[in-house]
Amino acid sequence: MNKRMIAYILGAILLTEACFMLLPLTAALVYRETAGFWFLWTLLGAALMGGAMMLLSRPKNKTIYTKEGLVAVSLGWIELSLAGALPFTLSGEIPSYLDAVFEIISGFTTTGSSILPNVEELSRCMLFWRSFSHWLGGMGVLVFMLAILRLEGGQGIHLLRAESPGPSVSKMVPRMTDSSKILYTIYLALTVLQIILYRLGGMPIFDSLCNTFGTAGTGGFAIKADSFNSYTAYEQTVTTVFMLLFGVNFSIYFFLLRRKFDLVYKNTELRWYLAIFFSAVTLITINVAPMFPSVGNAIHHVAFSVSSVMTTTGYCTANFDTWPEFSRVILILLMIIGACAGSTGGGIKVSRLAILCKSARADLHRLAHPNTIKVITMDGKPVSRELVGQVHSYFLIYTLVALGSILLVSLDGYDASTTISAVMATYNNIGPGLGMVGPIGNFSQFSALSKIVLSLDMLLGRLELYPMLILALPGTWKRR
Amino acid sequence: MKIVIVGDGKIGATLAEQLSREGHEITIIDRSGEPLQRTAEDLDLLTVEGNGAAYAVQLEAGVDKAQLLIAVTASDELNLLCCLIAKKTGARHTIARVRDPAYMGELPLITDDLGLSLVVNPELTCATEIARTLRIPSAIKTDTFSNGRVELLKFELPPDCPIAGKTLAELPGLVRARVLICAVERGEEDITIPSGQFRLQAGDRISFVAGLHDAQAFFKQLHLGAAPIRQVMLVGGGRIAYYLARQLIDAGLSVKILESDLARCEELSELLPKATILHGDGTNEKSLLEAGLEQADAFAALTGIDEENVLMSMYVRKTCPRLKVITKINRDSFRSITGALDLGSVFSPRTSTTNRVCRYVRAMQASAGSTVETLYKLLGGRLEALEFRVNSGSAVCGVPLQKLPLRSNLLIGCISRGGKILIPSGQDTLEPGDSVVVVTSIANLSALDDILERRKG
Repeated sequence: MNKRMIAYILGAILLTEACFMLLPLTAALVYRETAGFWFLWTLLGAALMGGAMMLLSRPKNKTIYTKEGLVAVSLGWIELSLAGALPFTLSGEIPSYLDAVFEIISGFTTTGSSILPNVEELSRCMLFWRSFSHWLGGMGVLVFMLAILRLEGGQGIHLLRAESPGPSVSKMVPRMTDSSKILYTIYLALTVLQIILYRLGGMPIFDSLCNTFGTAGTGGFAIKADSFNSYTAYEQTVTTVFMLLFGVNFSIYFFLLRRKFDLVYKNTELRWYLAIFFSAVTLITINVAPMFPSVGNAIHHVAFSVSSVMTTTGYCTANFDTWPEFSRVILILLMIIGACAGSTGGGIKVSRLAILCKSARADLHRLAHPNTIKVITMDGKPVSRELVGQVHSYFLIYTLVALGSILLVSLDGYDASTTISAVMATYNNIGPGLGMVGPIGNFSQFSALSKIVLSLDMLLGRLELYPMLILALPGTWKRR
Repeated sequence: MKIVIVGDGKIGATLAEQLSREGHEITIIDRSGEPLQRTAEDLDLLTVEGNGAAYAVQLEAGVDKAQLLIAVTASDELNLLCCLIAKKTGARHTIARVRDPAYMGELPLITDDLGLSLVVNPELTCATEIARTLRIPSAIKTDTFSNGRVELLKFELPPDCPIAGKTLAELPGLVRARVLICAVERGEEDITIPSGQFRLQAGDRISFVAGLHDAQAFFKQLHLGAAPIRQVMLVGGGRIAYYLARQLIDAGLSVKILESDLARCEELSELLPKATILHGDGTNEKSLLEAGLEQADAFAALTGIDEENVLMSMYVRKTCPRLKVITKINRDSFRSITGALDLGSVFSPRTSTTNRVCRYVRAMQASAGSTVETLYKLLGGRLEALEFRVNSGSAVCGVPLQKLPLRSNLLIGCISRGGKILIPSGQDTLEPGDSVVVVTSIANLSALDDILERRKG
């Protein structure tokens, strides 16, 4: 394994993070908060450390393979979180380092689960950093680095593949750097558009920035204790729409820009995504309508909640924990399904679900007619049997990890709905679960062990299992 | 530049690697996903699965916005069809690989009517290179510039040679031939672009630039002039052998071809009535000797199997050291060891083709300044020799060479002016209309002005 090159990449990640800390530092300057000093110290420390790592590692051989890519990405994310948590603890605003790490992992992985009983106590620069970590983690730090850094040959693909969600990564244009740039441009454009729409509705600048970051990364850290309840209906509707937009595969936007409308129309994942969204909204609305003053109002809140849960954002306007059991189960199912591949959302992804369903149907069909050959298609193109196999084993590992985590968290002795939904909410990068960790609860009462397990779940969910799991394989660290 | 390559085979992948390293945006199309996956792992490019001749697939690969489409699938007909469709889709230039000798006759017809920019025939290109080398038996390798008036030759310095142990500055006093030594290979990896203080050693593989007569005079004065080649023995009767035999017969040499497949023998004897076609196995020692190996002046191992070619060449080098030996090697994965083995001159159709295409791409890329006329990749691609035409707008015009701020790792080998060949000294200048040969280890030079040190600020 090329350890020098990994150290080099890790150094570059630290340096990138240091640059991004300039933003909360600016926020601290604007709002004249002394807590901002801790960003300055962390920033300098991270820059120094990152620079030293890049200089000292000086890799002679710059070749990396899939394994190095996976290891670099997972270590990079752990490093990012450990450094990003420092300002919280140093400033004393989140006294326990473990809690701070949980909070920032929840930020970078765009989960949005919080250990804070009352977020409004945090200083503004801390709130800003928390929300901004969503934006950064949503599209990925390495994707950002690849937009600037040029790796020789096609090696960047190993990093991109490890960080980007979805069963298969497709570049949009031949060169990796250009691909990353396009992704970030689309991301930035949508972000700016949302900020403008918020401002038009009269939302204060700080709120619009933080809420947009939370939506764009499909994160869900709110800056108010009641999440989105106190905002106007207009602002809630803007959020509903943008959560849905950020849950779509970004290549769809690229196709739209290139005027390849037929590719958008043929896109299987987009069809499934919208179908699932609208049927969930319909079913839940019918179920909860009596709880709201009017059907229109019910649709408004249900659409917000479904959009929030399905794209794994985790904002809330209504406390869906009080909804009937049928609606709650639908929400749990949506949590597992998640958003589209290649978006900023989490979960197992709609495309994987589509492939699983299609292959299951083909297998059932084969029981009745043993000699039929049925090719599974996505976007009008056949899916290779190998990819179907990969999706199957992904689903299996996904389930096993979920069960293992539930078992560990159950040691704390909370009720089944809290335990299961806590794991689901973190593992799928959603944020709030049900019961004690529901929209009005938080994660602070869990034991240290559970917090560590849930933190790892968040990383596993965001990086889609393999990068994290490869760290645990003994073969990774043995000499070749 | 946006380039689409159809066919992810040996040549397709090599081209993709070469061109993407030169900074082009490559999209590669192939019918099956497996090779594409492998290529996408190694290189920074886009892959598209499908039939490259289909309009929809070409659109998906962005042929409508591409400057160049290169069709290198296994089938000639498909390549031509790809180029035809690509022209309709909107590609500006198209290059097709056409290998079947039957089509080569109609080449002008094909190029004009299908709007092809270039047709490459790997075997023909390779055969031409081999034929050129056989003309000057002392050289391991020859490449030509300025329509054949300037040659770039490579030879190995024998221990008893008068110039061994001398510096380059002493050279003009020892030989009366105007040559310029532009690259010296020592051992397996060591390559230098030498200065005047560089001391030559026996065993060095030296590349030099010279005019036609000067090269021959140079070899003669160093007593390296081997007897001219009259009889050539080829083992393996593939396409290269056919093209090579035809060129050699035209030049008045006698050619023997040893081929193990009876049907192919009959075919060859019909195509090449003047050649002696023998039916036998070249890997068999006895049949080689029986075929008259000892009477031949040169031997070329051209079968389709690299291992056989290597073994035969080593055997011939050992038993008949007098013979000029040529080895064809298709795969270039183990280039470092084939250089170390005693195989005579090594040729690969793949390298010939990629060189030809790269040369075309560079020429396309070159802007209004000076254009690349010829490009050779030397010593396994680590060195390049390029020929530029000097335009009047160029910054290098009229300044004595010693005053030009040339980049390091670069050497001006030769100037050809109005049909005359100049080996440049410090006082010479470059004038508009000259063509100039530059030898360099800097990759990706595309305009003559690139040879100058970039001014800071």
